[in-house]
Amino acid sequence: MSESFDFSRRGLLAGAATFAAATIAPGVMLYAQSAPQVVSAKSRWGILIDVNQCDVNCDGCVKACNEEFGLTGSNRPTIDPQWIRKLTVTDPDTGNSHSFPVMCQHCKHPPCVDVCPTGASFIRADGIVLVDRHLCIGCRYCMMACPYKARSFVHENLKDQKTNAPRGKGTVESCTMCVHRIDDGRKPACVEACSSTGRAAMLFGDLNDPNSEIAKRVASVSTSQIRADLRTDPAIRYQGI
Amino acid sequence: MSTSTVSHAHAGFQALAGRSLGFWLLLAFFGIFAALGGLASLYMEHNGHWVTGMNNQVPWGLPHACAVFLLVASTGALNIASLGSVFSKDDYRPLGRLSALSAMAVQAGGLFILLLDLGRADRLVVAMTNYNFTSIFCLNIVLYNGFFAIVTTYLYMMMEPRLERFYRPVAFSAFVWRLAVTTGTGSIFGLMVSRMAFHSAIMAPLFIALSLSFGLAMFVVILALLQAGARRPAPSDQLQHRLVVLLAVFVAVSLYMVVVHHVTSFYSAERRDFERYILFGDGVYPILLWVGFGLIGSVLPLLILLVPVPGVGKQARLLISSVGVIGGGVALMYAIIVGGESFPIDLFPGKLASSTFFDGVVGTYTPSTPEIVLSFGGFALVGLILMIGLWVLELLPSRRDTQTPGRQS
Repeated sequence: MSESFDFSRRGLLAGAATFAAATIAPGVMLYAQSAPQVVSAKSRWGILIDVNQCDVNCDGCVKACNEEFGLTGSNRPTIDPQWIRKLTVTDPDTGNSHSFPVMCQHCKHPPCVDVCPTGASFIRADGIVLVDRHLCIGCRYCMMACPYKARSFVHENLKDQKTNAPRGKGTVESCTMCVHRIDDGRKPACVEACSSTGRAAMLFGDLNDPNSEIAKRVASVSTSQIRADLRTDPAIRYQGI
Repeated sequence: MSTSTVSHAHAGFQALAGRSLGFWLLLAFFGIFAALGGLASLYMEHNGHWVTGMNNQVPWGLPHACAVFLLVASTGALNIASLGSVFSKDDYRPLGRLSALSAMAVQAGGLFILLLDLGRADRLVVAMTNYNFTSIFCLNIVLYNGFFAIVTTYLYMMMEPRLERFYRPVAFSAFVWRLAVTTGTGSIFGLMVSRMAFHSAIMAPLFIALSLSFGLAMFVVILALLQAGARRPAPSDQLQHRLVVLLAVFVAVSLYMVVVHHVTSFYSAERRDFERYILFGDGVYPILLWVGFGLIGSVLPLLILLVPVPGVGKQARLLISSVGVIGGGVALMYAIIVGGESFPIDLFPGKLASSTFFDGVVGTYTPSTPEIVLSFGGFALVGLILMIGLWVLELLPSRRDTQTPGRQS
């Protein structure tokens, strides 16, 4: 009686150990093959947009973003997502007008992160503001709270998704600053498109690195942030507004 | 419907008998419409929110207006219980149990709408297990759950004479908590720095004032339905008089707070464009504010309550004015929430902005059928919970005790 009990216990333990190993092993392997570039607070990625260089008739940045993330509309303009848009701003007194792209401003103190009940909206160590699609419950409070109108809600079924940034019906999304490209050592799609098809009005780089081109530019020319009075400290800066 | 004293009933209270055809028909009515609300949510979830009127410019719509109305009213529905316990007004004590159940039922109706409108309503577990405490939404989840826990305890204390010594501390806790809950609901809007329509310290006290009138109006309607449907006795003349005065004061305070909110906003140059839009613009919102809340929800109820008309009893005046307050309340919430969102966000104050994303343009929104059904489902759930609660628990004062203060309530 006791022998058979011992045997079954031994078998049970062996089985449990095998099961545990089989369960943990893939995770360990995934962990061992983590991303080569470590996300660090030493960097703060940002974009400088020279408004005077931006061509009013060019929407290369918008097209590139839509292509990169597969943002295809369905001819319902009020619900079609727009991660980046060309804004035309006119001074009603003088008639002076500018056209330039606006997207998630990747604030240092993002209201969307503050208001998100589940922590789905979060800011990475390097300052990129993202939405965890698994935690987003689709309450849209972040859309209400964003001072830059930068977020879209996925109102429809999705098809032909890109692997760059899987999206989810019923959740909120916005510009990721092409985090998948940055982690790969590349520039965001909009910046790349602006260089190739536009007038290179967008400059991407590490604002915390004093030797970077963007850090040198913002140190030498006058730049501004949208709604700087709110003290959200966006990582997207504008020159010439 | 009819009532009968249950044999093991605590002295002075009874449950609904639930034997009449009317009871079951009304229960079925509420049940069917609550279920339809659930189906409307499934329809939205399956197709995506494009089948609603909501969009990227107006992310919150009619369901939110109705849900916030119910959440605000729920804490006010506890007024009657608090008056009997915290403020020692004995006239109200027999109605304390009904008040506590009403508060929970109304809150459940509001949360039902809010939850089922989520883009991912299936992720309730995520909302309950992942907390970001800088979010007032998150704090509200704690406050709403706490409200149910405290009011349930409060109700139990009312029903259990052996725990009488805990009764007043629990009643006081419930009163403080209901203030916190309404502060939290108001702060959803008041703390929103991005939109000048909402960002204001007055939002929390404004919502507390509104909760007093909305909640009492809901309670009066519930009382009237019970009286008509379950042949409950009318409240004593003295209690009716108290309710008339109380509702008039609450309606006046609510109107005062709304007026102060808009007048102070008008004083600030940066907010004048919005105030002109919401008060005097072309859209539906000025009509909802002036006619809906101002006239139907405030001025007319005040006149009906304060100016006696020969041949019209206090009860009829209470009921008519309460229905007006409820209608005006939903109109106000719609104007505050949807009207506030529809005004364009000002990325460049003082400049004109335009884009393919509707910058600088007033947002459009028309409620869709699923949203209307879901919203109605929330109100139906209130009725459903109330009927079941009153059926299984001894919460209604016996005929004798509606005329005299209850010993334990």
